[in-house]
Amino acid sequence: MKFKKNLKNLLIILVSTLALSACAAGKKSSTGSSNDVYTGSATVQYLATGVKDRVFFATNKSALTTASRDTLRKQASWMRKNKKLNVVLEGHGDERGTREYNLALAEKRANAARDYLLTYGISGKRISVISYGKEKPVNSASTPLAWSQNRRSVTVKTK
Amino acid sequence: MKKIFYILTIFLFKFNIAYSLIEVDITRGNLDPLPIAVSPLHVDPQSDNYKDVKIKELGELISSVVEKNFKSTGLFNPLNKDAFVQKPDIAHLKPRFEDWSLITAQVLVTGKLLIKDEKLKIEFRLWDVAANKEMIALAFTTTPSNWRRVAHIISDKIYERLTGETGYFDTRIIYVSETGPRTQRVKKLAIMDQDGENTKYLTLGNELVLTPRFNPTNQLVTYLSYFRNLPRVYLLDIETGIQEVVGNFPGMTFAPRFSPDGKKIIMSFAKNGNSDIYTMDLESRLVEKITEDSSIDTSPSYSPEGKYIVFNSDRSGLQQIYTMKSDGSGVKRISFGDGLYGTPVWSPRGDLIAFTKVKGGKFYIGVMRSDGSGERLLTENFYQEAPSWSPNGRLLVFYRETKSGKNGEGFTAKLWSIDITGYNEKELKTETDASDPSWSSLLSK
Repeated sequence: MKFKKNLKNLLIILVSTLALSACAAGKKSSTGSSNDVYTGSATVQYLATGVKDRVFFATNKSALTTASRDTLRKQASWMRKNKKLNVVLEGHGDERGTREYNLALAEKRANAARDYLLTYGISGKRISVISYGKEKPVNSASTPLAWSQNRRSVTVKTK
Repeated sequence: MKKIFYILTIFLFKFNIAYSLIEVDITRGNLDPLPIAVSPLHVDPQSDNYKDVKIKELGELISSVVEKNFKSTGLFNPLNKDAFVQKPDIAHLKPRFEDWSLITAQVLVTGKLLIKDEKLKIEFRLWDVAANKEMIALAFTTTPSNWRRVAHIISDKIYERLTGETGYFDTRIIYVSETGPRTQRVKKLAIMDQDGENTKYLTLGNELVLTPRFNPTNQLVTYLSYFRNLPRVYLLDIETGIQEVVGNFPGMTFAPRFSPDGKKIIMSFAKNGNSDIYTMDLESRLVEKITEDSSIDTSPSYSPEGKYIVFNSDRSGLQQIYTMKSDGSGVKRISFGDGLYGTPVWSPRGDLIAFTKVKGGKFYIGVMRSDGSGERLLTENFYQEAPSWSPNGRLLVFYRETKSGKNGEGFTAKLWSIDITGYNEKELKTETDASDPSWSSLLSK
């Protein structure tokens, strides 16, 4: 019980910091708004029934949205049920940033997803992270929609 | 690579540096290029055959490489050979300056060559037509298969004599060759001569490779490889083909570059969502952490004497350019304009920093002084980034991507170069699509 309470407090702190940083970002951002996160499901695949495999990010950002956190909570509970499963989180960026910065940013995005899974009790040993920067777009069009679909962290089952 | 070329002898006939009647001003964009006549080199009829070198055409071939180099600068206007009246061998002995002046040539290049005992002997002269004077005369002896490099060295000597700047023709460019659809792009390391000739592929395309950069002697390359799906900085010996991972980092290392003395590699290491800058000494294997910040610090580049490092960081909230001492102290933000700034690279002359700027949905290549003042944007496009300096600090090579349609159609990635004056923007021809160019230093120093 105590553990649960601690966890809850931690979550409250985490959520409020995320909200704060999102606010700050909204004011500062001059290239692409911070609310250009993809909310559709065209590119999404499922790890299990109701468990989406990916979360999306705003331009130049690695903060998780409410929807992303919801998806990751479902992934966490799916992982808790399937104890032998390991995953790799693949971080990606869009084509509108310099290559090297995108490698770092995509690594940050995948780690934001990893951290969230950790707070839900998934062992770090079960999660690895890889950044592909902007090298593996899921949608190769040069449109804001494609870019929003490419700014993602995808959870992939390993074994 | 060393074995490819030996200048066995260089004879200095004459060097009239006192009479600099002709000067090409390269500090501004040159809208009135200097008319130059490059006479085909005379082929000595006593020449032997040598392997697959076409001896009869060699004089023409060498002069056309020289011509192409001069044309590419935008500073010179090579004249049409059809108008040349003097025969190459006679012109080389003593040009009839009135004839060359008549076709508006201001400078004339002549030469002759001989292949004997498996050696190629080339002699060339540069003439000031108006002053009726010889400006340079040089001779080279080399193996015949190196004729292209001799053509580039000749070009460099002429360029240096006429502009007062170091040349950049006897150089190579390493880049990433790209083929296939965007969602399954195949990338290989490729190397070519500065003029697009002699392309060679250094990796097979089995794994993703990015951002190759030469060491100061051009024999080693550091780059990012996804070998076994572990993105790490690698070191490749071009001559032997031997590759090795740089350091033993428990995560992604990327954005590598050599220090100016070639002894260290500077790069980023990403750990738990935070990228910081590290160096590794290649001999002692000693790793040093240079930046310590919770933000993304990447794309480091040393100043030419190695005392400072320029890099980009989003510690202010957005990607901006910073400088620091090489030990990581004295961090100073230098970019303050509107928009984002990335991929800073220090000019080999030390005076300027080239960068990519993103503003209003457009990408710019620009230069600023090392204190951040005097920002000048050279070119604007849909997408372009990653400038790399020519060894004389006069040009930048970078890559540019075009917009793609709904299914990725229409997408191209190409190498471009531009003079730091903002003039002479042009595409470098590559066999495939290309990105991440890095310019070597002069091969023959």
